[in-house]
Amino acid sequence: MLITCPYCGPRDVIEFTYQGDGNRARPEPASQNFEAWNAYVYDRLNPAGDHNEIWQHSGGCRAHLRVVRNTLTHEISSVTFVRGHHGSASRPEAEDRS
Amino acid sequence: MVERQSPLEPDFHVGSHGNFEHGVEVILTETRPDSIVQLAAWPGEEKMLIAAIRTVTGLALPDGAGAGVSDGVKSAFGFAPGKFIVAGEAEGLADAFAKVVTPVIGTVTDISHGRTAIRIAGPKAEWVLSKFFAIDFALTAFAVGAGRSTVHHDIFAQIQRTGTDQFDIYVFRSFARSVWKALCRASEEVGYDVQ
Ligand SMILES: [Zn+2]
Repeated sequence: MLITCPYCGPRDVIEFTYQGDGNRARPEPASQNFEAWNAYVYDRLNPAGDHNEIWQHSGGCRAHLRVVRNTLTHEISSVTFVRGHHGSASRPEAEDRS
Repeated sequence: MVERQSPLEPDFHVGSHGNFEHGVEVILTETRPDSIVQLAAWPGEEKMLIAAIRTVTGLALPDGAGAGVSDGVKSAFGFAPGKFIVAGEAEGLADAFAKVVTPVIGTVTDISHGRTAIRIAGPKAEWVLSKFFAIDFALTAFAVGAGRSTVHHDIFAQIQRTGTDQFDIYVFRSFARSVWKALCRASEEVGYDVQ
């Protein structure tokens, strides 16, 4: 499986670390809403299809990435930075897009 | 200045090795820059940091992911969003950057003692590196001056192409001898010189 890092270009999955389900909404740290905490810790959509995931390019630029991966085909339809990088120093070189 | 000891020393044997009877196709050496500096820009300050690199080193770093430049003495390249490595033969690069890179622009980290720079050159350099790293080393995909962040198993490597058949590999100093020995072993079949 290849993941196309927005900074580094296409890289083998061995360079990436899965950081979990990208659909989770973490309650406020002081929240005592046990339902919300329970949902954050345990509830997963587990879709057969497109899935929002967080990956880190831990063996590369180390950026955290929001990835949409199809759980049936492993096809990846979208990879973006979790945190916006507005500067042009984060745009891939044209040559990396081949 | 205090003479810095190379971590490669016990396994750094100048001369020809491996299958060199038919010619040497790889040259391995240590570039030993006296300064290696890591620079990071806060989001939106990347252009200011690129300008600071020009002010301090005179290097015109092209904008873009993994873009870089080397004049043979000083080198600079991007290795992550808004992050850059600058290496040079003179000491004190970090101090020079600390004067120019204000806290508003970003951060300066002196990693001169934390990294070792291994240079691999020659017609089979791409071929040897392809045994180690799952990235495209072809000149069309990896331009001269450009940088890449990748790993060999769990050993982090930042690689800059400093010539059409020359690469500088920055690795953690504590892993450098192991990487060096592996590079030597991988170069045996094509014949290599240590210089
Ligand atoms: Zn990356």
